[in-house]
Amino acid sequence: MIHDDRLAWLVPAALMLGGIGSVQAATLDDVLERDQVRCGVNAAQPGFSALDDEDVYRGLDTDVCRAIAAAVLGDAEKVHFVPLDSVERFTALQSGEVDVLSRTTTWTSSRDTTLGVNFTGVSYYDGQAFMVASDLGVESATELDGAAVCTQSGTTSELNLADYFRANGMVYEPVVFDSPEQSIAGFEAGRCDVLSSDASQLYAQRMQLADPDSAVVLPEIISKEPLGPAVRQGDDQWFNIVKWSLFAMLNAEELGVTSENVDEMLDSEDPDIARLLGRDGSYGEGMGLAADWAYQIVSQLGNYGEMYERNLGSGSGFDIARDHNALWTEGGLHYAPPVR
Amino acid sequence: MTIQHKMIEARPAPRSTVGPIAWLRANLFSGPVNTVATLIGIYLLYLLLTPTIQWAFINADWIGTSRDDCSREGACWVFVSARFTQFIYGLYPRSELWRVDVTFITFAALIAWLAIPRLPFKRWVALATLVAFPIFAYFMLYGGHFGLPQVPTHRWGGLMLTLVLAVVGMVGALPIGILLALGRRSQMPIVKSFCVVFIEFWRGVPLITVLFMASVMLPLFMPTGVSVDRLIRAFIGITLFQSAYMAEVIRGGLQAIPRGQEEAAAALGMSYWMRMGLIVLPQALKMMIPGIVNTFISLFKDTTLVMIIGLFDLLGIVQAALSDSRWLGFSLEGYVFAAFMFWVFCFSMSRYSQYLERKLHTGHKR
Repeated sequence: MIHDDRLAWLVPAALMLGGIGSVQAATLDDVLERDQVRCGVNAAQPGFSALDDEDVYRGLDTDVCRAIAAAVLGDAEKVHFVPLDSVERFTALQSGEVDVLSRTTTWTSSRDTTLGVNFTGVSYYDGQAFMVASDLGVESATELDGAAVCTQSGTTSELNLADYFRANGMVYEPVVFDSPEQSIAGFEAGRCDVLSSDASQLYAQRMQLADPDSAVVLPEIISKEPLGPAVRQGDDQWFNIVKWSLFAMLNAEELGVTSENVDEMLDSEDPDIARLLGRDGSYGEGMGLAADWAYQIVSQLGNYGEMYERNLGSGSGFDIARDHNALWTEGGLHYAPPVR
Repeated sequence: MTIQHKMIEARPAPRSTVGPIAWLRANLFSGPVNTVATLIGIYLLYLLLTPTIQWAFINADWIGTSRDDCSREGACWVFVSARFTQFIYGLYPRSELWRVDVTFITFAALIAWLAIPRLPFKRWVALATLVAFPIFAYFMLYGGHFGLPQVPTHRWGGLMLTLVLAVVGMVGALPIGILLALGRRSQMPIVKSFCVVFIEFWRGVPLITVLFMASVMLPLFMPTGVSVDRLIRAFIGITLFQSAYMAEVIRGGLQAIPRGQEEAAAALGMSYWMRMGLIVLPQALKMMIPGIVNTFISLFKDTTLVMIIGLFDLLGIVQAALSDSRWLGFSLEGYVFAAFMFWVFCFSMSRYSQYLERKLHTGHKR
């Protein structure tokens, strides 16, 4: 494969430049020199990366990019967003066109091991879910026996659906569409009782209904779609920076540090907070960052909870409950290692 | 027997042969079958147009700033008006929009000068349009000199990007196409085979593949850190692709010119370029206007494919806007707006080509 040839070419070059260390420092040096983080995002994904009417990208994925810029450059706005198609996203990352890929990309073993990229963590736990008209009175996916289900053709959703219904001994009638717009139109026109897709997309589709309250998303999640940022393989320092930018936001939420109280929290007695915000020790040093790296993230973008509410939760119109995306202390899956 | 010395005054033609009623009778109700067909047609039009007009005009919301101003009973044009600047200029910095305006007004003025027959200095204006204007446009749109801040191409978008892509594609493709067409008719084997291979290669692949290769494969072949601007990749891909099509249109025109014309010119001692430039091409290009404009219109619409390489042309920026959580659910309005804008430009091009055909008509049509 082509990218293997490229890496093969890199190895002697790296040795000539004085060992592996110089390669590992490459991305951070490039970013510092450019004074800008180049971030590959989705061109249009509601709640994750979408252009607002002031020409600004808003969403969870784009805020992850901003967090990296805040940690590295001290300014969350020093990001160049590169809209990428789903096919060219990994090429763009491998070829160095972007420094980090934050584009609703599901972390799977094949992508992690064969594409020359590394996933740094999970920014959003997505999964396939079901949406039904609220006047049907259905409260659980197990009551869907015999239902007509709208879904998109050629996606993993279609396969998951078949597996789920077979495993639960139920039958269903698939109604297949080509695009999300068509499937929501089919749902609204009554072509099917149930619409099935990734939960994050279902909430966005629900907003496209004339009356969004006429449909509800059922609690069952039938597949694992962990979405997260990815970086090029072979640059461990940059990998650490991206990984810990997200962990910093999760730790800030766990410790109760928000964008509003972060300046008061600088004087906090709690040693965990003092370490996170860089008052005690210098934990950014190991990544080549300033001691206040996490302070910059939280003061400019807030903690993970704030970012979630702003883009997907109550502040966004989608009103997606935290569920799996709550902290581990509140029954969710987000668990960040401590800053120590 | 009386002889009338006065002429009988001219009377209007009978109502059955002129006027709207006669027209209706002759064209729509000339027999029982046609009458029934007309009535069915009118009924179908009524079925189709009533809800459309209701949706687009009567029940539509025109004024406001957010989705709350829309009743959702009809079209919500607020979505388009709130985003109008973005649809036209893409992400171009709001404080620099005048530069785009000046560039396109200059371009429109130059084209108008060339199009209006009465105005003088056509040759100089044509030269300015082809040589000076591209340089002027580059400094205006891209900037970086003369105190204008640089606007990187990833901020270009919307209608402005569509026009830039189409104009660059057209201006680049026409001369390359002429050279390729002449080369394909050449007696020189190397020139001829190069042109044949070039044309057949680029005509054999879809434009979407060309763009895709340029954006996905090209970066892998280049050394790390070196990247060609996406817009330049699109320019090159579109121009090469389009010039192959243009070459075949022009070759068709060249073949329609009788061989005697060229032989007569050769007998007068003219060189190859004089024969082509003064005798063959002026006659051939005139005949090719419908074909050339046809190619241009299809190129104008093909520019929407740059969406797949992450450039936001008019359609791309409309689609991007559709995913804004504050404006979800207004896709119909967005697509209708994009379709209308494309129609305006394509229809004007088509009308201008008809005007040119009439103006240049010198009895060559048979």
